[in-house]
Amino acid sequence: MAEERKKRLAIIASKGTLDFAYPPLILVTTAISMDMEAGIFFTFYGLDIINKHKFNSLKVSPLANPAMPVSIPNIIGAIPGMTSMATMMMKSWMDKAHMATIPKLLDMAREGGVRLIGCQTTMNVMGIKREDLIDGVEIGGAATFLDYAMDADVSLFV
Amino acid sequence: MSEDIKVDSLLDCKGQVCPEPIIHANIAIKKINVGEILLMESTDPGATNDMHSWSKRTGHQILKEESEGQVLRFYVRRMK
Repeated sequence: MAEERKKRLAIIASKGTLDFAYPPLILVTTAISMDMEAGIFFTFYGLDIINKHKFNSLKVSPLANPAMPVSIPNIIGAIPGMTSMATMMMKSWMDKAHMATIPKLLDMAREGGVRLIGCQTTMNVMGIKREDLIDGVEIGGAATFLDYAMDADVSLFV
Repeated sequence: MSEDIKVDSLLDCKGQVCPEPIIHANIAIKKINVGEILLMESTDPGATNDMHSWSKRTGHQILKEESEGQVLRFYVRRMK
């Protein structure tokens, strides 16, 4: 059993809103609890999830989002302040449901040895520097992800 | 509670939702010795499927499960 190769989960996280930050982090933390190994490649807006200035304040957009538990018409959603209001609402619902926070899931992922890889090319595009990212992440490009994903048993794009 | 199963460790996951019950179950099972029994309690209705999938993939054996009101109880033997 010890000699056997672990099952592997490889995820690309391309979006930086609160609702899109959860699935990759929930899946990798569960994967490592199921004797898998796991890695996330953060690209474009997904980089916000590992951006030390932003990971703690990811937001939910009420615009073009008819699936909010309380539906907000687009014309109202476009008013300044509505994004932070929708985010506050979502966070209070999550709190009531006892959902783990993004920082907590990130800590669990890092403690469990999940590979967190920042996409160098999109970091350049978006002006994000190595020191803007949280500790414990590595930097790489498409080849890094593909090399990892080629031996994966589950591969997802979020 | 059970009459016939000797529990070595109790894990209270009541109030927690996915993914925490599984994460904590996996941490707790590593704190007991192989062959010992963990009793995990959860109020997450998804825990039944999740615990079985976790058990199948990690090899730790669910000896018995029971429910009382909203509380689900899983008796798990550490296998490795």
